[in-house]
Parts: sequence; structure tokens; C-alpha cells
Amino acid sequence: MRTSEESPFANIDWITVGIYVVLVIMGWLNIYAAVYDEQHQSIFDISQKYGKQMIWILTAFILAFIILVIEADFYTVFAYAFYIFFLVLNLAVPFLGKEIKGSKSWFRIGDVGIQPAEFMKFATNLALAKFLSNQNLSVISTKRYKTLSDYIEMYKNTIVTFIIIGVPMIIILVLQNETGLALTFTAFIITLYREGLSVNYIILGFMAVLLFILSLLIPQYYFYIAFGIFFALWFYFGKHSFKIFFTKLAYVAAASVFVFSSNYLYSKLQPHQRGRIDVLLGRGEINLKKEGYNVHQSKIAIGSGGLFGKGYLKGTQTKYNFVPEQDTDFIFCTVGEEWGFVGSTLVLVLFAFLIIRIILLAERQRSEFSRIYGYGVASILFFHLVINIGMTIGVLPVIGIPLPFFSYGGSSLWEFTILLFIFLKLDAHRLYILR
Amino acid sequence: MNRYQKIQLSERKYYIIGFIVLVVLLYIIRLFYLQIITDEYKVYAQINAFEFLTEYPPRGYIYDRNGKLLVMNEPSYDLMVVPKEAKGCDTMALCDILQITKEEFIKRMTKLSLPPNSPRKQGIFEKQLSVKTYAALQEKMYRLKGFYVQVRSIRKYPKPIAAHALGYVGEVSKEKAEKDPYYKEGDYIGISGIEYSYEKYLRGKKGTRIIIKDVHNREVGRFMDGKYDTLAIPGKPLYSSIDAELQEYGEYLMQNKKGSIVAIEPSTGEILCLVSSPTYDPNMLVGGKERNKNFARLYADTINVPLFNRATQAMYPPGSTFKLIDALIGQKDGVLFPNTRYPCARGYPPMGGKPKCHPHPSPPDLEMSIQYSCNSYYSYVFKSIVENYKLWGNFENAYQHWREAVMSFGIGKKLNYDIPFEKPGNVPTIQYYNKVFGKNRWFASTVISLGIGQAELTAVPIQLANVMCIIANRGFYYTPHIIKGIGHEKYLDSTFKVKHYTYVTEREYYERVVNAMEKVVEAGTATLAKIKDIKICGKTGTAQNPHGKDHALFFAFAPKDDPKIAISVIVENSGYGGVWAAPIASLMIEKYLKRKITRPDLEKRMVEANLIKANIDYIKSGMPDKKKNITYKKRKRKQ
Repeated sequence: MRTSEESPFANIDWITVGIYVVLVIMGWLNIYAAVYDEQHQSIFDISQKYGKQMIWILTAFILAFIILVIEADFYTVFAYAFYIFFLVLNLAVPFLGKEIKGSKSWFRIGDVGIQPAEFMKFATNLALAKFLSNQNLSVISTKRYKTLSDYIEMYKNTIVTFIIIGVPMIIILVLQNETGLALTFTAFIITLYREGLSVNYIILGFMAVLLFILSLLIPQYYFYIAFGIFFALWFYFGKHSFKIFFTKLAYVAAASVFVFSSNYLYSKLQPHQRGRIDVLLGRGEINLKKEGYNVHQSKIAIGSGGLFGKGYLKGTQTKYNFVPEQDTDFIFCTVGEEWGFVGSTLVLVLFAFLIIRIILLAERQRSEFSRIYGYGVASILFFHLVINIGMTIGVLPVIGIPLPFFSYGGSSLWEFTILLFIFLKLDAHRLYILR
Repeated sequence: MNRYQKIQLSERKYYIIGFIVLVVLLYIIRLFYLQIITDEYKVYAQINAFEFLTEYPPRGYIYDRNGKLLVMNEPSYDLMVVPKEAKGCDTMALCDILQITKEEFIKRMTKLSLPPNSPRKQGIFEKQLSVKTYAALQEKMYRLKGFYVQVRSIRKYPKPIAAHALGYVGEVSKEKAEKDPYYKEGDYIGISGIEYSYEKYLRGKKGTRIIIKDVHNREVGRFMDGKYDTLAIPGKPLYSSIDAELQEYGEYLMQNKKGSIVAIEPSTGEILCLVSSPTYDPNMLVGGKERNKNFARLYADTINVPLFNRATQAMYPPGSTFKLIDALIGQKDGVLFPNTRYPCARGYPPMGGKPKCHPHPSPPDLEMSIQYSCNSYYSYVFKSIVENYKLWGNFENAYQHWREAVMSFGIGKKLNYDIPFEKPGNVPTIQYYNKVFGKNRWFASTVISLGIGQAELTAVPIQLANVMCIIANRGFYYTPHIIKGIGHEKYLDSTFKVKHYTYVTEREYYERVVNAMEKVVEAGTATLAKIKDIKICGKTGTAQNPHGKDHALFFAFAPKDDPKIAISVIVENSGYGGVWAAPIASLMIEKYLKRKITRPDLEKRMVEANLIKANIDYIKSGMPDKKKNITYKKRKRKQ
């Protein structure tokens, strides 16, 4: 156990803290560039977004400090409490909060908006870590269990795990209408994979996504023909037994049903979501003034950056507001335009370095709680990075989630700060955990 | 929990890290493609953020030969609107002032809001407000949110004269805009007259201002603080050779008559006036909206055809005037001498009195033949030229020689002067007659009426004025030009300074003709043209017109020994040539040389005559003297 003489900052991984600070400052510089105009140049101008963000950053630093000062055990002990608290808050938002552009996820306190859904991520991560670390059996393990009670426990664990992740996801998706934020919870699949989730499920998931995309691009009957041929070959060259025959038949039937239903599912999406998928897949006529506008403008901004960019504050596309949401979800456009290929690559590499560093830190934990939590942090950061940058460079559909540390907004900055620094505190505390 | 199993699971971190690295690498490759490999997005960024605004230079002014302003620019007011900002403006008041319906208002606003326009971008709501409308609008402007008035510059003519010579300016045609990169649709361009010929100088050079736009297409700044902007260079002023006073006077005399007056300064080739009547007020054809309306009206007037430039485009048989050229060529070829006499028996005897002639002393010598305009005499002269086998071997060669000699006087070919759409006139070719009559089946007698300027021979008024210049200059001409100089340095193209010598250059041949021409005015067919103390040399002519009264022609230059002005006057349907064309020419000469008129009675009679109406009455009455064929022919061959 930790002695009282030791500083609360002992054993902190300063490299991670350093990357965090660098990313936050780069983020602020880019928000300044995105919002910049000649009339408002003071960095503390509260009427401007960069002035506000400066305040968010300073408060985030204070928050980080507080997190580091608090005992590490606090997060372990109160993991469920955090989870329940934010769950309740998220349930309450749609009824108490203010509706902004169709999303009911904001609390407004004076001039300041708070989005509880952001904080649900670290709370869920805590709860997930707490639950998984307390179990004897891992979730959906590759291991074959010996007894029936083992199986029962495994399935029970699985169900609870999916409830922990799924409940906030459904609340945010259905009640708050925040598709992007809800999708971030799927990031925990990486944590689960590390904790024993069978790789088959991940492959199945990828296959499903692939089939979904293909079913939108290719007429359906091609699939049925392909499945038929596949099944025939599979049956002809495979083992001949009734059990296997039916298993194979079931697979193919499931795939067919999935393909059949994917178009229906697609048609049930909201029009703007369909539009975003269409834009990505190049389906039909894309109107660059409407659904295709964001991505087109984003690609223009990034593409016009060249090798070294146009220089800080010299980007015409971002400065004159051609890219929508350029200070929040599309902040990477500013990086791409003004800092060019070199700057964008640097940002990507920094993020990759941070995520990998967190994974390595997680792996060195003695406590399962810390490790699982650490993987959760890495998963969430990675998911945001992939989705956010993927949409700005036009390889993924537009999903409105922020780029960690960069995008304008207090809630997301606070959330990522809390998420990261709880882990840093846990990591600093690792030596005091008894094996 | 199984420790072995835990270790196995911890190996999964490599897959996870590997996956992360793979995704980041793919993204970097994608960025490399977007930012380094393809240029597509850099082009889009340009289109997005920069607009190349055109700065229009003022069009050059046009002055007359004495520095009087003929054409200037005037501001024109276009009502502009930014549709998005026009919410809640006083629509009724606006509709009232512009006299449009509410539906029309909505229609225009909708059009300006849809691509390629934009609700945030200004568009033209109404072109060219009248001064009255503009004033009314100014009062209500504070209630018309989103509307404002933009000033453009259009042409303005202080005096409503010289419409055909000056030409007009209008929007460039689509085809021209596509062919010539200088022009964009909607630009103004000179369409006829001087505006057309000297477009290159008058238009100046457009400038470009590069501005930076934001997403709403609003101007937010200048690119590199205007470092790459180019200034518009104003068009050069033009000094026309036209004498505004003479031009105005010519149009004054020609009112209610069809025809043309062309006056040229023989010693330079400068066109002093170019009157084509009926004419129109050039102020009718400025700008856009009014112009189109007026143009359609002028275009539809098929009786007066005011847009038709008779001075350069109407082709008439030169008639008796042509005898002067015969006389010159005949002398040069050595087949005609001052004392050569040919018989006249009220016609050309060898062909049984055809072409016919009128009573005069017979047989005339050279001088008398011009003075009395003997048809028989010039039939002989023509025959002697084209049957000069001693010189040319055969008829075809001789005819070809005659044709070339005639064309050296500037008839039947383009003179390449600086007024657009010039008509060449016609001197029939050998090929033409071979086609009509068959090879070797036509002779001098077949085409004998060419000798008296009839048959297929045609010329335009400016060419005939040019012939007067040649005689005045005794053997050469300068290409007629309507410009005195371009810009303040008064640059003049060197092609206008070249003397073009005709086939006949011997002064003595000319003197004989000139002396005879003097007698035409003194005691011949054009005594009405006589002015005290100005020696005018002239020649009347008549052009056949089967559709109404004949056209009267008169050509002259003066003074005889130091010619200052050569003039051709054609008055259509005036019947008797010497009565109308000669006095008008005489008044013009007097005006130009003396700057005052000493014969107000003659002037009054010329001005008040309405020959257009007279001709209509004549046609309505069934053209009595044309029915009697003999009288008709007699009249025609006279003079």
C-alpha cells in the first residue's frame, strides 16, 4: 500500500501526459484557425469559440489534477456508482434538457452546454472493468468449459456485459437521437476481444458489414446465386453428414436472410444517414450541394493542403467556412489544409503512439481492473480516431463524433481528460496492487 | 482462472496493435493520395474561394474632325437585389414604381434565388431604370431592404446624328463570346459602324480583381492584397473624320427622303459625312432593355429600312457618271481624243438608235459629250475600247482590260475602308457573260449599255464619291476612312496613307474631263448646283428603278482647282436628278466650304420636300409615265 509521504504524482507516466498536452494545444491552435477572423484576435475572447475552448482546456487541466490527487481506489470502489449516476443523468436529459438540431442530449447551464452522453463512456468503461475483473471466467472465451455451471456462468457474464454496454447505447441512440455517440460504445469490442471474446464473432461482424455494403451495391439475386453455388460446392467437397449439412444450410440461409433484410434495414435509416452511406459508396446521383457537400468540401480542404499545407491561418477553405462543422467534427480539415500532408501524418502518428502507449501501459498492470479499463481507454480513442478522420478523408460515412482533444467542445474534452487521467492514476498506482 | 490461458490471451495485444498500425498506415496512404498525388481538390479549392471579378474600362469617346464630341458614356442604373436580404421589403411600393405585377415580382425573385444565382448573391432585378424611375426609387429606397442600384456605363450621343457611321454597341453574341476569349456573355461589343471597326481600341482592356469569397459567396477580402489584380485600361478616344456640322446638315436636308450623301476630302480620303436616310436617333440603340425594343421596331420598318446603311451597302447602276470613266480610259487607250466626234441620232446609230439619247447638238466632241451626257457617244467610246484588237488581240482580252481599268477606279471591288459590311458593287466578269450568252457569242454590241453605266454594272455611293476624289486628285485616291486618328496621339493606320493610282494617271486627260464637268454645272444638266465664286465640277446621273420613280444621282467636287470636297448624292425616287440631287450636293458644298447658306429658298425647298410620301402617291396612282415606255426610256437616258 501507498505510504502517506509519497506524492500523488509519483509514477505518473509523463510521456502520455506530454502527448496529451501536445494534442490539446494543437487542437486549440486549429480551433483558433478555423474560427479565426481579423476582428477577434484575442485568445481569451469569450465571445469566440477559441476563447471558450481555452477555458475548457484550463478547467480540463484542473480536472486532470484533481483526478490524480484522488486515491486510485476511489475509481474502483465507485465504478458502479459512476455508471448508475451517469445512466440516470442520460435518462433525464431527454426530458429535462434542451433540444438542439433534433438531438436531445444537452443540458444547458447558462451559456454552457453539457452533454452527459460523453461522460457515459468513461462511466461505462469503469463499470465494464469492474464487472469483468470480478469474474472467474472470461466472456465468450475460446476455452471449452467443462461443467454446465461454467457454461451458465459464461452466458450470464456475457449477458451482463452486453447489458452494461448496451443500455447506455440504447438510451443515447433512442432517447437522445445521437447515433454517433451511441456507436462509440461498439469500441468496447476491442476490450472484449482482449479479454477473450472469440475471434469468430469479430470475423462474423466484419462479414456482416461487408455483406451489408455489397448488398447495397449489387442486385440481390447475385447473392442468392452466389450462396447457392457456394453451398453446393461446400456440400460436395465437404464431409457428408446430416448434422453438417444442416449447419451449412443454416449458415447460408442466415446469410441470405441478412442480405434480404439489409435493404429493408437500410430503408429504415433516417434520410440523412442513407445519404451519408450513399455518398461513401457512390450510389446513385450525389448532390454535392446537399448530402455530398460535407465530405466533398472536407476532401477539398484536406486535398488542397499539399505537402506542407498553406500555412497557419492561411487556409482559405476553413477560414471562409466552406467546411461545415469545421471546428468540431471536421476539425481535421483545418489540420489537413493548413499543415498539409506532413502535419496530418504527424497528428495521426501522435494518436497512434498515444493509443499504443496506453495498450502497453494496460498490459503492464497487475490488476485486471486497470488493464481492462486501460484497454477501454485505448478502444474509445481509437474508435474516435478511425471514425472521425475516416469521414473527413472520405473513406467512412459521416458519423458525427469528435476528434479527441482536437474538436471544439467542453464535454468531449473533459470526457477524454477524465477517461485518460483515471487510467494514468490507476497506472501510477499499479505497483501497490498485490498480485 | 487458468494462468496459461491468460498468457495466451495477452498475445492478442499484438493483433490489436497491429490492427491500429495498419489502419493508421492506410489513412496516411489515403492522405498521401488526397494531398500529394491528385490535384483535383486544389482546383476545387480555387473555384471555391476565389472569384475573378472583371473590371470594365470606360469605352473610348468619339470626337468629330474638329474635336466636337459625338459619342460619350452615360451612367445607367440597374436595380440589384440580394434575394435573401430582401425579406420584408415593401414589395407593393416596388411593384408600383416598376409597374410590374406581384406575380412578376415573385417570378423574378425566384429566378434570382435559384442556381446559377444564389439567394445570397446579388442579381439584376431590373436593367436600365429610367431617370424618373430611378428618382422614384431613391425616395423609397429605405423601405426596400436588400435592393440597391448599380451604376453601369452605356453610350450617349449628344447629337442624334451619324447613326450609321458611328454604329452601335450591344451585348456580344454567344458565338462571338465562344470564339473570342476576351468576351464573356453579357459583355458589350461594337456591332456596327465605327464601334465595330475600332472595337479593339474603343473597348480598352478589362482588368481583373481577384477576391476571396466565403461559403456564402460573399466577398471577404482581396487575394494577396490585390497584388495579382490588373487594372482596367480605358478605351482610347477616337477622332472621326466626320464633320459633325456637315453631317447634321446633310441629315437635315435628307429628311423625308430616301438616299445617301457621302462626302470625302480628296487630298486625304477622310470621309466628311456619311448620311444614309431615313436614319434614326443613335440614342435609341443604347444599353439593353430599351435597345432591344427599339431595335425590333427599327428592324421591322421594311418601308424606310432605317438600319440599312445606304451609303455603303446600297448598290445602284452608276448611270451617266460612268461616262467620265469611259472618257478617261478611252483617252489613255488612245481611242478617244478631244476632237473625236461621234454621231448621235437620238440614240446609238449602229444598233438602230439603241441605247436611246435625248436632243442635244450633234455630233458632240469629248467635252460636249460630257456636258450633254450623250449616250450614243459613249456607246461608241465603249465599243472602241473593247474592240481595240490592235492593243489586246481579241475581244475577251480587251474586255478584261476594260474591266480591270474600271476596277482601278474603285468600282466593283471592296475598297477596304473602315466601315463594316461593305458591298463591292459589280463589274460583270467574262465568265458571267459567257454563262449568260455562251462563249464567243457576246460582243461589244451585246453589252453596249455597260458603256453608259447601265446593265449589270453597279456601284455603291461611297465608291462613286471616291471616283470624284480620283478625278479631283487627277488620278489617284486614298482608301476612304472615317477615322482621323486613334487616341490623343491621333495614330492612323498606314494603309490609309497609301496613294492608289488608277489606270489613268495623265493629268491632261483629267483636265479635259474636269473642264467638261465644270460646264455641266455652269450650263449643262445641273445648273441648279451653281454657286457664286465656288467652281463646282459635277455630273448628274439616273438610276433605273422599276419599282417607282427613278433614283437621282449627282456627283461633284469643289473647288475645281483646289478640291476640298468630293461628294456623291443619291436621292431615291426623286424622278428628275438635277432637281433634287444637284441642289442638295451644292448646299452641302456651300455649307462645308463657306459654313453658311446663301440660298435659303433652295434650302427650304429641299428640306420641305417629302419624297417618300410623293413616291408612295406616285405608285398608288399607277406610275403613269412608266406605262408609256418611250417617255420612260427617254427620261432614263437623259443627262
